[in-house]
Amino acid sequence: MSHLVTAGFLPLLDSALLVAAREKGFAREEGVELLLVRENSWASIRDRLAVGHFNVAHMLAPMPIACNLGLTPLATRTIAPMALGLGGNAVTVSQTLWDEMRGNGAASDFEPRSAGEALAAIVTQRATQGLPLLRFAVVHPHSGHNYELRYWLAACGVDPDSDIEIVIVPPPLMADALGSQRIDGYCVGEPWNTAAVVKGVGRIATAKAAIWRSSPEKVLGVAADWAEANPETLTALLRALHRAAVWCGDPANHGELAAMLAGPAYVDRPADWLLPALSGTIRTGDGGEVTTRDFFLPHAKGATFPWKSHALWFYSQMVRWGQVAASARNEAIARDTYRPDLYRSALRELGVALPGANAKVEGALSAATPVGSAGASLVLGPDGFFDGVTFDPDEVSAYIERQKRLPRV
Amino acid sequence: MKPAPLDVLVIDENRIRAAVIEEGLREAGYTDVTIIHDMAGIAARIATLEPDVIVIDLENPNRDMLENMFQLSRAVKRPIAMFVDRSDTASIEAAVEAGVSAYVVDGLRKERVKPILDMAISRFNAFSRMARELEDARTELESRKLVDRAKGILMKSRGLSEEEAYTLLRKTAMNQNRKISEIAQSLVTAAGLLGPEDAS
Repeated sequence: MSHLVTAGFLPLLDSALLVAAREKGFAREEGVELLLVRENSWASIRDRLAVGHFNVAHMLAPMPIACNLGLTPLATRTIAPMALGLGGNAVTVSQTLWDEMRGNGAASDFEPRSAGEALAAIVTQRATQGLPLLRFAVVHPHSGHNYELRYWLAACGVDPDSDIEIVIVPPPLMADALGSQRIDGYCVGEPWNTAAVVKGVGRIATAKAAIWRSSPEKVLGVAADWAEANPETLTALLRALHRAAVWCGDPANHGELAAMLAGPAYVDRPADWLLPALSGTIRTGDGGEVTTRDFFLPHAKGATFPWKSHALWFYSQMVRWGQVAASARNEAIARDTYRPDLYRSALRELGVALPGANAKVEGALSAATPVGSAGASLVLGPDGFFDGVTFDPDEVSAYIERQKRLPRV
Repeated sequence: MKPAPLDVLVIDENRIRAAVIEEGLREAGYTDVTIIHDMAGIAARIATLEPDVIVIDLENPNRDMLENMFQLSRAVKRPIAMFVDRSDTASIEAAVEAGVSAYVVDGLRKERVKPILDMAISRFNAFSRMARELEDARTELESRKLVDRAKGILMKSRGLSEEEAYTLLRKTAMNQNRKISEIAQSLVTAAGLLGPEDAS
């Protein structure tokens, strides 16, 4: 018997696992009729999950945590039993700002330190000249985009709360907002950086994979009540998504995947816009190309494992930027939102390489490292933050304290 | 003492629907109603207007931006809580079902806001129904035109009467388990490929 599962998604490259699970028949083979509904905002995804229109959804990785912490209206208890890949975002700036950044030493190859310090210099010059603050856009306050942009800028001496302005713009409208000079730059998932490149209005300055390699981006958000009432259907869905991830991760399928995502029901943009992120060779917007390792990982390096250390890092950033108070209770809520136990129990029988731990020290692996896993071999890393700082999920409070004391440059 | 009248802001890029909501609000006695169709500069408008209640369509891609703005006291002087009342699940479901969302100034009593939300829900539903009926009527008209053209082609190319042409179309549709309009469409397309003068 086939079980109907309704999933909401936004038109982004990393809806790939859900789209492939449906279009390549992986869901049907697991007995799941997967209905995909495109939405216009994360708020709509959240609302429709809350009222039961959706059982599961393509979600920003921090979103289920924000829901459970009560930071958003109308939130229902939400769990994340699987991630939908690693990386996939970039930071794009206007051509004008990029020219200034070049003049202040920004490297052309997405290297975050020089680009961030160039921005810091520009921010200071603008303040001296009495010019308005630079305005950057992200897609949502509780998003990897917001946190990685802030992390990068703060580590380069820019206070994201007072030295620049951060606004919210929906992904498909980013390139136009940049083109019409309403914003100076943005951090968004693909293909919405490439959109600015194609339209000739922006230059990609750095990538999520360069700021924090192998970092979390989207998860499968699941209404907790539904998950508890339908454990077998959830297991079947996770298996289908795992098989979709394997398929998406095979370079031989990237052409077909790009064409599939380009369809009118999904991202609805040319396949050519989706290929750069899949290949890792990114058109920069000034005629060049930069090949970024692990730009977007749909499968390799445990890309779909819901690490509790990822959840805890997001929590640490929510505290850092004043979105939630630090407390043992809030930390536990964040940790319990991600459910590697459900991931393991769904995939164990498939002989999938599974990490032995639920959390890891983020940034600890400087090289590709085989890790102890059940059944098959799994290679993780290299991972890590561009500033070399590590995040130990057992020392969250200390990490939060250290970030408070970061010196202003 | 009678409480001050509520300022209601309706944000909807669909002008007809916005007008339908506005009319409903005015009929219900809400006179301080502002309609915004254009999202450009919305933050400044909201800061100036300081509405008590904001009604917005669920499909608006800028809801994430608005919600973020409501949470930043810098942009909006009075903090705005989301939706009417989290405990009122029936209203929330009805609203999401109808495709409308509402944001309310924190501390405003539920009884004061509920009539506005209920009105918005019923008007949104009425608007969807109207749009659906209009779409159905359009489809109906289109298919009638198609059938007329198909009949014309058959009458001309096979020397049939109008009635005979229609009977043939209907019989073919029944045999193939398809709609008459689909058969007519195939015929018109085929005639267009074979001889443009017949399909014109």
